[in-house]
Amino acid sequence: MKKAILFLEDGKRFYGRSLSVAGDTIGEAVFNTAMTGYQEILTDPSYAGQIVVMTYPLIGNYGVNAEDVESKKIYLQGFVVKEFCRQHSNYRANQSLIDYLDQNKIIAMEGVDTRALTRHLREAGAMKAIISTADFDEKSLQAKLAAAPSMEGSDWASKVSTDKKYVWPSPGKPRFKVAALDCGIKTNILRILGGLGCEVHVFPSKTKVEDILAVSPDGLFLSNGPGDPAAVTEVINTTSQFFGKLPVFGICLGHQMIGLALGGKTYKLKFGHHGANHPVKDTANGRIGITSQNHGFCVDVQSLNAKDVEILSVNLNDQTVEGLRHKKFPIVSFQHHPEASPGPHDAHYLFGYFIEMMKKGKRA
Amino acid sequence: MPRRDDIHKILILGAGPIVIGQACEFDYSGTQACKALREEGYEIVLVNSNPATIMTDPEFADHTYIEPLTPEFVELIIAKERPDAILPTLGGQTALNIAMQLWEKGVLQKYNVKMLGANYEVIKKAEDRECFKQAVVKCGLAVPKSGFARNMDEARQIAEEIGFPVIIRPSFTLGGTGGGFAYTAEELEEVAARGIESSMIHEVIIEESIVGWKEYELEVMRDYKDNVVIVCSIENLDPMGVHTGDSITVAPAQTLTDREYQVMRNASLAIIREIGVETGGSNIQFAVNPQDGRMVVIEMNPRVSRSSALASKATGFPIAKFAAKLAVGYSLDEIRNDITRETPASFEPTIDYCVVKIPRFTFEKFPEAKDILGVQMKSVGETMAIGRTFKEALQKGLRGLEIGHQGLDNKVDYRKISKDKLRDRLANPNASRIFYIKYALQKGWSIDEIAAVSLIDPWFLGQMKQILDLERELVETFQRVEDIPAELLRRAKEYGFSDGQLGQIMDKTEAQIRAWRKARGVIATFKLVDTCAAEFEAYTPYFYSTYETEDEVAIQIQKNQKPGEPAKKKIMILGGGPNRIGQGIEFDYCCCHASFALKEMGFDTIMVNSNPETVSTDYDISDRLYFEPLTFEDVMNVVDAEKPDGVIVQFGGQTPLNLAWKLHQAGVPIIGTSVESIDTAEDREKFSKMITRLGLLQPANGSAHSTEEAVAVARQIGYPVLARPSFVLGGRAMRIVYDEKSLLSFIDAAKEVSQGHPVLIDKFIEDAIEMDVDAVADGEDVFVAGLMEHIENAGIHSGDSACVIPPPTLSTDLVEAVKKITCQLAKELKVVGLMNIQFALKGSQIYILEVNPRASRTAPFVSKATGIPLAKIAAQVMAGKKLREFNLSYDTISRLKHFSVKESVLPFSKFSGVDIVLGPEMKSTGEVMGSGLTFGEAFAKSQISAGQNLPVEGNIFISVKDEDKRPVVMIAKKFADMGFGIVTTPGTGKVLRSFGIDVREVSRYDEGQGEGINAMTMIRERKIHLIVNTPSGERSQSDMRAIRSAAIAHDVPYVTTLQGALAAVNGIEERKKKKFTVRSLQELYRMRDA
Repeated sequence: MKKAILFLEDGKRFYGRSLSVAGDTIGEAVFNTAMTGYQEILTDPSYAGQIVVMTYPLIGNYGVNAEDVESKKIYLQGFVVKEFCRQHSNYRANQSLIDYLDQNKIIAMEGVDTRALTRHLREAGAMKAIISTADFDEKSLQAKLAAAPSMEGSDWASKVSTDKKYVWPSPGKPRFKVAALDCGIKTNILRILGGLGCEVHVFPSKTKVEDILAVSPDGLFLSNGPGDPAAVTEVINTTSQFFGKLPVFGICLGHQMIGLALGGKTYKLKFGHHGANHPVKDTANGRIGITSQNHGFCVDVQSLNAKDVEILSVNLNDQTVEGLRHKKFPIVSFQHHPEASPGPHDAHYLFGYFIEMMKKGKRA
Repeated sequence: MPRRDDIHKILILGAGPIVIGQACEFDYSGTQACKALREEGYEIVLVNSNPATIMTDPEFADHTYIEPLTPEFVELIIAKERPDAILPTLGGQTALNIAMQLWEKGVLQKYNVKMLGANYEVIKKAEDRECFKQAVVKCGLAVPKSGFARNMDEARQIAEEIGFPVIIRPSFTLGGTGGGFAYTAEELEEVAARGIESSMIHEVIIEESIVGWKEYELEVMRDYKDNVVIVCSIENLDPMGVHTGDSITVAPAQTLTDREYQVMRNASLAIIREIGVETGGSNIQFAVNPQDGRMVVIEMNPRVSRSSALASKATGFPIAKFAAKLAVGYSLDEIRNDITRETPASFEPTIDYCVVKIPRFTFEKFPEAKDILGVQMKSVGETMAIGRTFKEALQKGLRGLEIGHQGLDNKVDYRKISKDKLRDRLANPNASRIFYIKYALQKGWSIDEIAAVSLIDPWFLGQMKQILDLERELVETFQRVEDIPAELLRRAKEYGFSDGQLGQIMDKTEAQIRAWRKARGVIATFKLVDTCAAEFEAYTPYFYSTYETEDEVAIQIQKNQKPGEPAKKKIMILGGGPNRIGQGIEFDYCCCHASFALKEMGFDTIMVNSNPETVSTDYDISDRLYFEPLTFEDVMNVVDAEKPDGVIVQFGGQTPLNLAWKLHQAGVPIIGTSVESIDTAEDREKFSKMITRLGLLQPANGSAHSTEEAVAVARQIGYPVLARPSFVLGGRAMRIVYDEKSLLSFIDAAKEVSQGHPVLIDKFIEDAIEMDVDAVADGEDVFVAGLMEHIENAGIHSGDSACVIPPPTLSTDLVEAVKKITCQLAKELKVVGLMNIQFALKGSQIYILEVNPRASRTAPFVSKATGIPLAKIAAQVMAGKKLREFNLSYDTISRLKHFSVKESVLPFSKFSGVDIVLGPEMKSTGEVMGSGLTFGEAFAKSQISAGQNLPVEGNIFISVKDEDKRPVVMIAKKFADMGFGIVTTPGTGKVLRSFGIDVREVSRYDEGQGEGINAMTMIRERKIHLIVNTPSGERSQSDMRAIRSAAIAHDVPYVTTLQGALAAVNGIEERKKKKFTVRSLQELYRMRDA
C-alpha cells in the first residue's frame, strides 16, 4: 500500500492509497453511480481514456468471475474507490478484485473521499486527472496533465476497435446477418444479438463500405465506444453511406455517430451520465424504463432536422435525447444501453427495433 | 394524469397499538399519507386506536377516530362518514386484514367505497400463500417446496412428502405469529397445531427448510401506468431462518453481482405485475442458495411495511408519501423527487454509504423466554446506522442499540467462553450472536469455521475480522494512545470505533480519547443522504456522520442562509433511539411536536435520532435531521457542527436524559428544567429531602449499595417492599418483594441492570389507588393537564395499567389536593416544560411515588383525551414562551363530556412459556384508547381495541387469591345477574356458593388430569369466555400459570386484578346495552366547547 494522489486539472487534490501497482496514470475523471457491476464497468471499452470513480463506497464485495466481462481486458486508465473488499464472497467468484486489478496492471486507488470528489466533478465538470504513487509535486503533475490530450477531439474508438474481423455466432439457426462496426463493443450486445438470431460479423471500425457489403448483411450495427464522437470521422462517413440502404442501429457512441451522420451536432455534457438508474421515457407510450448509461457526449436535438428525425425517448433527469428514429429510412439509435450489463434490463426490448427493421428489409 | 376527481373523501386505516411486528413505522407511513393527501385537497377520515401516534393528532385529518380497529367499528365509521375510498395499504397487516374483512362482509360494496392502492383480489393473491405460489410459478420463478394444511392430518402428510426439517407459517398473521420450525414429527405436532390456531383462516403452509440461505428483500413501487422502480435492496446478515424483523440487515445488497441482482430485480417486476398491485409500494423477499445461486421467492407484502420505512430512511425516498400520491392517480414521473427538486420520482435511488439495521430485543424482561431467534419475530425495536463503510455502520448501530455496548466490543471475557457454548451461540441465532462472532474470531476461529457453524456469509465475517484486526493493531503496537499515529487513529474512526471503545482498548477515558483525537484533527464530518450519490444537487437536510475530508453541513447552512437576513436561532431535539418496552412511540410523538412547535416560533430545529421506524426521522419534520446514535460522542459531534442555541433532552425518554449531565458539563445549553432539578428528582436522597421539606408524604424508603444494607433497609421499612435499581426506565427489574429470601434473589438479578447505581427500596403500599398526573410549567405558572386514575391498584407498572381521564371515583377534594401538590413540586423543582407525577392514594393519604421532570409516556394520551397539545405547549415554554400566553384554563378539562380510557397491550403471545401476570416491571409494548360518554363505554372500547374481546354471553372462569375472595363476590354476582355462567376452582367456588351464587366447580389443569372436565379443557374447547384470576403474592404465582398461558394461546380475555374485573363488568354492561356509537376527536372537542 502506497500513498497516492489524484490530481485534477483544476488543481484540486485528493489523497488515498494505491494497491500494488505503482506509477502514474492520466485520464478523464468521471464518476459512476451504479451500486453493482464493477467488473462490467472495468471491462467496458467505453471507459478507455478515463479514470473511473465509483460512488458506491464498497467495491469488490463479490470478487470477479469468468463470465461477467464485457471485453477481453480492462480498458479504463485508473480506478478510484472508497474501500476495496478484502474478503469477497460469491459462489461464482474465482478471484479477488484486488488481484484482478493487479494482474491487469491497473492503477487503483482507495481511501478517497469519493463523495467529495463526485461533488467536485458535478460542480466543475469531468476533467483530466492524474493518479500518481510517486510524484506529489503540483507543478510536475500539472505539466503532465497539460501534455496529455483532452477527451474532446480524441478518437479513442479506433484505438479500442478489433484488429481483425470476427464472427459472433447465433446459438440457434441464424435469422439475420448483422455487420457491426466495433468502436469498443460490449460483449453483452453480441450476446443479446446472438440470442435474437443474429450472426454478427464484427468489423474493425475503419472497415471500408465494400468490405462490409461483401458479407451481404441484413443490418448495420454501430457500437458503443469511448471518446468524442465528432472525432470518429471515418466511421461517420461510412455510416452515412448505408442510410436508406440497410437498416442501421446504434447504441451510445453509435447513436451519436448516427446523429452526426444525419447532419447533426454533438456536445460534451458537463459530467456525463454514468450509472444504472436513469429514467428514460418512451415518447410513444409514456412508459418509463430505468436504464444503464455511460456517455460524456450527447446529440444536440436542435441540430437535427425535425422533418427527417423523430425523438423516441428522453432522459427524465435532464431532458436530453435518448432515442432517435429516421422518418424515412430504417435508422434507430439509443443513447443509453439497452444491453445493460451492468444495470436494469428494462430496455432490452429496444433491440426489437433492429430486428423489426431487418425483417422488413428482408421482406422488401 | 393529475389527481383523481371522482373521489373526495378518503378513509385511512392506521395500524393500532404497537405490538411486536408492527411498530411506529406505520405511524410514519400513515402520517405521510395524511399529509400528502390533504395537500392534494382530499377530506381525510382516519381510524386508529393508538393515541400515541402523530397521525391521530386532530390536525392531521379532518375526522380522527380513535376507535377500535375492528371491522364492526370501521363499518360504523363508514356508515357515518360515507367516504368515497379506503386506503388500506399504509396501516400494516392490521389495516389490510380489516379492509379484506370489510370486503368479504360486503360493507365496502354496500357503501360504495373504492379500495385504493390494492383491491381485494390483489391482496388475496399476495397474501394467500397458495394463490401467491401459483402467481410466482406463473412468472417462471421458483418457490420452496411446500403444501397447505388446514388440519393436522394434512400437516403430517405434507411434512412427510417434503422431509424434515420443515418450516410452518400460518396464513394471514403479522410478525410471523404462531410459526416455527419442526425438525421432527413430534415438533410438527406442536408447531403446526399452534400455527393453524393462530391463522385468521386456520391454515398453515408447510415448507421445505431453506435455513441458512442468503436472504434478500427488494422494495418495489408501481404506478397505474405500470412504471415500476426498485427503491432499495436489503441483504440480511442473519441468513434464512431468522425473521427478517429480528435480523441484522444491510442496504444495499452487498454480495450480489449485477447479473444476480438484475435477475432478482426482474423477478420483482414480474411478481408485482402478476399480483397486480396497481399503485404503491410492496416488498418481495428472496432466498438464494449460497452454494449454487438458486433463487426462490419467499413472500410479498402488497403494502407499505417495516422494510419500506427502513428503505425510505436508508435512501431518502419517501415510499409512503409517494404511495399515497400514486393511489390517487399520479404517476411516478409526475411526482418530483423532493431531494433534488429537479428530477422525477421515477428513478431508482443510488446510495454512497452503507446502512445497517440492528434489532433491539428485550429478553431481559421475560426471563422465562429463551433467547433464541426463529421465524416468529421477537424484537421490540430497531436502530439504523449510516456509515461510509459497513464496518462504520455496524459499530455505530451497535452503540446506537443502547444495550451497554460501545461498538463491536467485549462485554465478557472471551477466554472464559467454552467451545461448546461458543458453538451453541453461533449455531442458534440469538440476540448476542454478533458479539459471539467477535469472541470466536478472538479465540482464533477462522472465517470459514464461523461461516460453517453460523451459516453467515463470509463477507460479513471478513468485515468483522477487519474491525478486530485493527483493534489488535492498536493494542499490540502501541503502549500509549499518544503513540498512535493520527492516520491510524483516523482509520479506527473510519472503522466506526467510538471514543469510549478506544478508551476501553487503550485504557483511557472516553474524554481523554476525544480530547486527544480532536487535537490531532480527527474530527467527524457530515455527509448528506440524497438518493443520488451526489449526482445532483440536493436540498434535503438529512445527514450522517463519518470520517472523511469534506463536511457538507457547513456548506448547506451557508447555502440556505439568505443574505441580509439574521441567522435563525437553532434548537436541537434529542430523540429516543430504538423502541423498547418503556420507551417508544410516545416519546417520538413528543419530539416531533417539539419540532413543530419550535418551527412555528421561528427556530431552526435539529433532530437527532437513530430509529428508522419513527416520524421524527422523516426528513421533512425538522429543519435538519441527523441520523445518529444517541451517545455522548455522537451527539457532541452534532453539537460541534451545529452549535445550537438550545438542546432539549426531556422529550426523548430516558435515553437523552441519561446524557444530560455529561452534555451539561460539556457546556451544551440544555433548555427547560435544569439538569440539577432532573437530578434532584432522580436521586432518591435529594428527592426524599425535598419531599420532607415540602411536608409531603412518600412511602418509607431507603437505598442500598450492598446486599447487607438492602436487607437492613427492608427490615426497617417492613415487608412487602418495592425493590428496584435506580436510573432505569420502565421499572426494569423492579419487584414487589414479600420476604428476605426473595429480596436476596432480587439483588442478585439487579446487579447487571443497575450498573453501579444503588438499589432503591420502598415500602409497598397495598391496595392503594394509583394516579398519574401530567403537567406543564414555565417556572412561574403550572398547568395540570391530565389527571389519570389507574384502573389497577398500585403495584402494577403505570405503563401496563389501564387508566382513565377524568378520574371517575375520586372526590373533588382529593383531586384538588393532588393538583396543589403538583404545583408545589413543579415550583420547587423549577420545572420548565413537562412533568409527570405518580401518586398512590390510600384513604385520604396522598403518597408521592415518583416525579419525572420530563415528557411522560402518557403525554400523547392526555393530549388526545383533553384536546390540549401538551408537548407543543411544553416545547414553546422551554423556548421562552409563558403559559399565560396560551389561554389555558383547567376548565377545558373539567368541561370534558366524555371519558377516555388508556389500555396497554402486552406481548405475551410472542414469548411462549412466559407468565402473563402484571407487576411493577413494565411489559407492555403499546397502548390503545377508548372513549365514551360513560366510563363503561370507554372501557369496553379500550378492551376491544386491545384485543380483549369482552363477552356478552357464555362462561366466566373465576379463581382468586384468598384476600380477594370476599370482594370478588359482588363481581361474580353481577356476572351471574347478566346471565353468565360462573365456573370456578373449588376454593373460590366455596365462597361464592355460600353467598348464593350458582357456580360450576372444576379442577385445575394440574389436579384434574383424566378425571372429567377441568379449566384447561374448557379453555381449549372455547367454553370459557373471560378469565378472572388474581395471582397471590410471590408464593403460588406459577400455580395458575398454565391457565393463563392457555388464555393467551386461545385468545380468551383475562383480567388479573379485581379492579380490572370490575371495569370489565362495566364494559360488558355497556356492550350488552346497545350498539356502540363512534365519535371523532373533533366531535368530542366540539362537545366540550359547546
